[in-house]
Amino acid sequence: MFSFIAIFGAVESGVIYAIMALGVYLSFRVLDFPDLTVDGSFVTGAAVAGISIMHGVSPVLATLLAAVAGFIAGCVTGVLHTKGKINALLSGILMMIALYSINLRIMGRPTLSLLNETTIFKQLRDFWSGTGLDTFFNGMLAAIGMERFPATWAIVLVMMVVTLAIKFITDYYLKTEIGLALRATGDNQRMIRSFSANTDNLIIVGIGYSNALVAFSGALIAQHGGFADVGMGIGMIIIGLASVIIGEALFGTKTIARATIAVIGGAVIYRIVVTIALRVDFLDTGDMKLITAVLVIAALVAPKMMQTHREKKRRQRKRAELERIKVGEV
Amino acid sequence: MLQLKDISMTFNEGTPDEKIALQHTNLELERGEFVTIIGSNGAGKSTLMNVISGNLIPDVGDVFINEKQVVHLPEYQRSAYIGRVFQDPMAGTAPSMTIEENLALAYSRNKKRTLRLGVNKKRKTLFKEYLETLHLGLEDRLNAKVGFLSGGERQALSLLMATFTNPNILLLDEHTAALDPSRAALITKLTKEVVGKSKLTTLMVTHNMQQALDLGTRLIMMDKGQIIFDVSGEEKQKLTIEDLLTEFQRIRGQKFESDRAVLG
Repeated sequence: MFSFIAIFGAVESGVIYAIMALGVYLSFRVLDFPDLTVDGSFVTGAAVAGISIMHGVSPVLATLLAAVAGFIAGCVTGVLHTKGKINALLSGILMMIALYSINLRIMGRPTLSLLNETTIFKQLRDFWSGTGLDTFFNGMLAAIGMERFPATWAIVLVMMVVTLAIKFITDYYLKTEIGLALRATGDNQRMIRSFSANTDNLIIVGIGYSNALVAFSGALIAQHGGFADVGMGIGMIIIGLASVIIGEALFGTKTIARATIAVIGGAVIYRIVVTIALRVDFLDTGDMKLITAVLVIAALVAPKMMQTHREKKRRQRKRAELERIKVGEV
Repeated sequence: MLQLKDISMTFNEGTPDEKIALQHTNLELERGEFVTIIGSNGAGKSTLMNVISGNLIPDVGDVFINEKQVVHLPEYQRSAYIGRVFQDPMAGTAPSMTIEENLALAYSRNKKRTLRLGVNKKRKTLFKEYLETLHLGLEDRLNAKVGFLSGGERQALSLLMATFTNPNILLLDEHTAALDPSRAALITKLTKEVVGKSKLTTLMVTHNMQQALDLGTRLIMMDKGQIIFDVSGEEKQKLTIEDLLTEFQRIRGQKFESDRAVLG
């Protein structure tokens, strides 16, 4: 039996990672730009927020600074690709390894501990505990027979609001004149250039925005976990992709609004699946990347296999019907 | 409206693949002129179009639009003045976006793009009116993704998108060549209508001699990077395919090579 508390924790961090996944959706899906900067910019966000907080900057400002740092990192990748004419994958990889050293420089050491610092979540919990909302929600849980309660509802609820706000802003942005041009850049670059859009600038800004979200998410994860580590971004791009692909497979992509909510759902489900998988006896935390890889492969392959299977069934049915008609005629 | 002055362009200069695409080409278009360009493969027609659109920068020579030197303006800046329809029906539209979103993209061509919504109620009504002129029923499918449209429908939409903002110059690059005969005829008819209605200054490349004769007010024949024949007005109206072939033979002393041009 998987405990409610574990699933609750998975949802909590899933909602925070969802912001990163939205960033990956923007680069991979909207701009059709496989941007690997993410592995580095996630840590950049964590590092900038961490070091700022340790130097007495207010946590909210520190988190916003992290987003700005991510934006700059993304813009550099965009410039490498558009002005330097470097292949998209390679410009991301170059930026990723460059950021590894830059992140070390920002932090000054490989790991920052934020356990004794005032993080955005600590402030939030202090504020929240005055409202008495936890007692209310836990009372509801007790009423349905739960015995153990989550430490706070503040993070999961407030982060849901923040993540949804980012989703709605992104949805709106993608429908503005600039946003439409951005999407067209990912869809048909030649066409949008013939409608007087500067595709280079759109790519630079788009990848910048994407990495701003990634770094923002990294800053929050660092404050949530109580540390920033130079290695915490390894494989982040795959986690982001996993969220995008799982979400798309489960919830569809008919419109932009649908696709972005699917990505958020995908991020939460990914966390839940990983949490459940890690509870299996013979799997331990080191297997996480393997689990992720298997998940992504399953989410990529399963829908196609189901489609093929359905088509096969359909053809068999048609054939059988035809046979029956023939027999009837004879 | 459009002036090309002494344009020369050579690809792969100094290598065995060297190819002279344009040699000292001069061309001037008056406002409202509709010019059809014919010529065999490699005559320089496409290069000429790309030089005008800014896709290619010529080795030497100047391009003026509205008396403004544009030869060094990149394609995306120049396209504020130039509407373009490509040969490939997939090239002129964004497939994963809806019809109304595509129209909104085209609508912003000669305006600064802002953070206002691309599609609003007012524009929707406007887009519907424009789509009705195509008589394809697209006005009822504003929210359909363009990728689901047929080649003919996409090309009609491309033509509308290229023209409804009244660009100074319209470039049509064999825009009916990839369609079946009935769809090609439809697009040709639409082209005639829209160019006639808005008096657009138009340059159309075609491989189809009959089309080149039927459409437009002026006809140009190109060969080996040069304009070798240029007729307009009444003289053009009287022209037949036979005349064009004899003319080519007279000027070049050889037969016109492309069967496609005659049969197409």
